[in-house]
Amino acid sequence: MSINKQLESNGVVIAKLDDLLNWARLSSMWPMSFGIACCAIEMMGSMASTYDLDRFGVFPRPSPRQSDVMIIAGTVTFKMADRIRRLYEQMPDPKYVISMGSCSNCGGPYWQHGYHVVKGVDRIIPVDVYVQGCPPRPEALIGAFLSLQKKIETEHIVGDKLQTTRA
Amino acid sequence: MDEPAQITEFGKILLLGVMGVLMVLVTLFLGKIISPKKPTPEKLSTYECGEETIGSSWIAFNPRFYVIALVFLLFDVEMIFIFPWATVFGRAELIAADTRWGWFTLTEMAVFIGILVVGLIYVWRKGDLEWIKSRTVLPRVSVNIPKAAYDKLNREPYHVRKFNPLIAGPSKDTPSKPAADAVKKPAFKPMFRKPGGTSS
Repeated sequence: MSINKQLESNGVVIAKLDDLLNWARLSSMWPMSFGIACCAIEMMGSMASTYDLDRFGVFPRPSPRQSDVMIIAGTVTFKMADRIRRLYEQMPDPKYVISMGSCSNCGGPYWQHGYHVVKGVDRIIPVDVYVQGCPPRPEALIGAFLSLQKKIETEHIVGDKLQTTRA
Repeated sequence: MDEPAQITEFGKILLLGVMGVLMVLVTLFLGKIISPKKPTPEKLSTYECGEETIGSSWIAFNPRFYVIALVFLLFDVEMIFIFPWATVFGRAELIAADTRWGWFTLTEMAVFIGILVVGLIYVWRKGDLEWIKSRTVLPRVSVNIPKAAYDKLNREPYHVRKFNPLIAGPSKDTPSKPAADAVKKPAFKPMFRKPGGTSS
């Protein structure tokens, strides 16, 4: 984060608007507050005091209107898939999805015989970061947010177009 | 500071207010410029925890919820005032300064709670604490017409009369006559009957 380094050196920040906005966005990634299955317990654990995701500006919001990130924490059943899709659509752009755990990555233990499970949440919504584990440890979820920060850093949102430049 | 202030104390408050409004407006305006806007029908739909909304939210709403809200407020306000009171009521140094302090505050709170309790008793007596009112008064009017009279009316068969164009309806030559009658006097003459019984 170049802006943080500038702040430390002389207290004056000169930045492109893109960088400034990206810095603001990646410092306040508000996830949509919902958990589907057991991964949600780990998600809650990482948001609580022990792991304290709040220090990265990650703060669960009760409404999709206010959230930037959607954490799919658990098994996505066909029944839930509709709702997830609708919630994702209701989030304002730019929006990101973290697929947490094996179930939402690929179906997990329900891969072969799960008649009711969507085999990977990326079949219904675009996923930005996959977290492996069953369930992933809180550190892994924090790692997902850190890699999402790296992704947001490379984007341009000014001018009504969301573009990504691969660095 | 010996210099006379250029802004009065109220001017400073005004400045604070103006700045507060400006800050909010500038922030909203900045957000309007910078934020990407991609509205879709799905995004603009009502948030119902991911469910599809059913029906309209403009429905008939029971006005008794208003009473419930008021009763809730009764207890709510009570709590808000009792908590700060409780912190100063039992303070040893205040009682040491004036022995009447404890009794004074206690009576004041008793008066306050008393007023609210009167309201509570009123609501209780009116039966508004229960959703289905236990005490309902059915309106009764004392009418001297016996029920048999209505029964007789109801039992009376209805005769369908044959339509006769010569009899039915007012005839066409009548409208010319009332013009002369209207000049004379009103058709209805009011009569006043005194309680004594003699007609005026």
